[in-house]
Amino acid sequence: MSERKLRVMVAKPGLDGHDRGARVLARCFRDAGFEVIYTGCHQTPAQIASSAIQEDVDLVGLSCLSGAHRYLFPQVVKLLQENGAGDITVIGGGIIPDQDCQKLYDAGIKAIFTPGTPLDVIVDWIKKNVKPLE
Amino acid sequence: MEIGKKIKAGDIRAASRLIRDIEDSIPEAKFTIKHIFPYTGKAQVVGITGSPGAGKSTLVDGLVEANRKRNRTVGVLAVDPTSPFTGGATLGDRIRMQRHAEDPGVFIRSLATRGSLGGLSKAVGDAIHVMDAMGKDIILVETVGTGQQEVEIINYAHTVIVVLVPGMGDEIQAIKAGIMEIADIFVVNKSDREGAGKLQRELMAMLDMSPVAAGGWRPPIVTIGNSFKPEEFEQDIGKLSARIHEHYEFLVSSDLIGDRLRRKTMHELNEALRSSILEPVLNMLVSTGELDRMVEKLLKKESDPCSLAEEVARKYLQECI
Ligand SMILES: Nc1nc2c(ncn2[C@@H]2O[C@H](COP(=O)(O)OP(=O)(O)O)[C@@H](O)[C@H]2O)c(=O)[nH]1
Ligand SMILES: [Mg+2]
Repeated sequence: MSERKLRVMVAKPGLDGHDRGARVLARCFRDAGFEVIYTGCHQTPAQIASSAIQEDVDLVGLSCLSGAHRYLFPQVVKLLQENGAGDITVIGGGIIPDQDCQKLYDAGIKAIFTPGTPLDVIVDWIKKNVKPLE
Repeated sequence: MEIGKKIKAGDIRAASRLIRDIEDSIPEAKFTIKHIFPYTGKAQVVGITGSPGAGKSTLVDGLVEANRKRNRTVGVLAVDPTSPFTGGATLGDRIRMQRHAEDPGVFIRSLATRGSLGGLSKAVGDAIHVMDAMGKDIILVETVGTGQQEVEIINYAHTVIVVLVPGMGDEIQAIKAGIMEIADIFVVNKSDREGAGKLQRELMAMLDMSPVAAGGWRPPIVTIGNSFKPEEFEQDIGKLSARIHEHYEFLVSSDLIGDRLRRKTMHELNEALRSSILEPVLNMLVSTGELDRMVEKLLKKESDPCSLAEEVARKYLQECI
């Protein structure tokens, strides 16, 4: 019998090597019943976009603590779009000042979660906003 | 057949989606597989098995690099376990291979086991077909590595590599799990660690006692040092690559490749028969409530499983009975 499963990717763009948060997120997604591809730290937007396409994920969760999100997050969205994968939902998390959020939304990031957001809020958002394939 | 064409043209997005449709048992996916089947059978398939943490993904990464240096295109299928409690999975093999993420000649796809035993995913056979039809020269399949009964890989691979690590008690466990018999090549990994020499000697002793395999292939033992020393690692991987190549040549020259192909084909036919015959019958028994009635009968000892199964067979498989 056919059964659709959500596939998500957790990636850490940028230079900081603290991936505890990303790992916690990956685990929480697994516990929510998703298949989670974890790509590790120090990923470039190009690596993230092409991995997301190879893995056919429905969603990419970007985690960034270094402040480089302003450039890195929109770059991932842009590369996905350029490669015919603009339908993949991109969300972001990390220390992101309020004044940056609107710009990120404008760039196509669908949701932003700051540190301290309860994990089930993120899971609920995904379940509500990312529809499984037909 | 639009998707089939895209696959043959090497379209990664279409290929990955097709693999997903197979994983999700979407009926249309079967049509596409039928369509691309004639274009399969060209790729060399190599399986990598061994305990979790043995360094399989790191080896795969090294083998990808070695093959790209020789201008060969590569597919990687990396299998990790599905949690039986939540149905979710963390697929982390890719982490070790990300330096190849942007290389258009490399297609890495992670698969979750989704409850299938044997260290692979039910979709792995068709996923290999997809990468094969895309024109990948070599396909590397990394199994889960939980040890027990992880021998299914021999149904898919030309060459099986069993990875062992000194000091992990691997040797005995692997023998128990029957994993030694499936090795075409042994890797003693992390051989910078204590006990590597001992492990190697034990393996040799074991091979000395084993009957000579068909065609006279004796599995070579390749020691691989420290993956954190890139030059050394690359050299060792070069040796492993050479052994893989030798084994493939051996299969071809001794005509054993025909046997492997036959085994692979039989296995595939078996799986297809199972899903074409057993699954529809089971689905019907479930949807008509017949299955529940049968279970009730068994609980009341009014019948036995064998008789009930024969009854079902008489009803639906007239020609055979
Ligand atoms: N000391 C040492 N550690 C290694 C070597 N190769 C891999 N590792 C480490 O072993 C761990 C597991 O490696 P991985 O390739 O993911 O193993 P897998 O679970 O079998 O796929 C990682 O932390 C690697 O960094 C090696 O040659 N020497
Ligand atoms: Mg691995």
